[in-house]
Amino acid sequence: MQGSAYAREEALCIEFDVRAGDVEHGGMASSQIKAALKQFGLSEPVARRAGIIAFEGEMNLIVYSDSGGTIRVCVDSEYIEITVQDFGPGIEDVDLALTPGYSTAPAWATDLGFGAGMGLHNMEKNADRFEIHSRLDEGTTISCWVKRRTDDSS
Amino acid sequence: MILHELARRMDLERLVDSQDATHEIETGYVGDLLSHVLASAKSNSLWITIQRHENVVAVAQVAGLGCIVFAEGMRPEAPVIERARNAGIALYVSPASAFELAGRLHKLLHTEAP
Repeated sequence: MQGSAYAREEALCIEFDVRAGDVEHGGMASSQIKAALKQFGLSEPVARRAGIIAFEGEMNLIVYSDSGGTIRVCVDSEYIEITVQDFGPGIEDVDLALTPGYSTAPAWATDLGFGAGMGLHNMEKNADRFEIHSRLDEGTTISCWVKRRTDDSS
Repeated sequence: MILHELARRMDLERLVDSQDATHEIETGYVGDLLSHVLASAKSNSLWITIQRHENVVAVAQVAGLGCIVFAEGMRPEAPVIERARNAGIALYVSPASAFELAGRLHKLLHTEAP
């Protein structure tokens, strides 16, 4: 899997396309994202948080989206911004989807250890700022910001 | 404790060696639900699981877990082994249960550590 890199205003970005149902390559984008952030000089705890957000977003695209989507990661002087976007089916009840343990995962996904109902919660927990917008039949966009420098190592 | 020493004393079969001969294991985590592993496993853990598909390697990379032990003889297929080798994640397998392996690890780390 190859991401495309580009500069956006004062940020460096990398973007990956993720295909729906492509479990075989699940985690490829997020592990490359984490490695790229570390190469960029970010600390392991910060790259780890961004990597976990990217992984959960990536698996959501694979397990739930109709037609896949994109993960974009941009780094500026202060934040890592991770944006995960798909074009359907959308989430009916976002608050419910954010509740730890709630999942609509199909059986094939739970057999593989996905669908614990912790994905969105993990994204929110690892982000300093978290936004989710979803509309039925249109799609879902999740944006997470992780501070490049943190006082703790959690 | 150094991974090589732990693996020998836990009687694990090595599938992929660590790239670091002094690879240090600080603690362990047992789990098969990947989001729980990402949420709860600490960096530098030895991760014991019965999941053996490709995604476990990515989970280990993202969470900073340098070593996966497959319990109950759940031997991964060649592409998983290849992916781990490329990612620098050590892999081991054992016929023992996750309970038994966690017991051995806990004993070594908490009662026999120097």
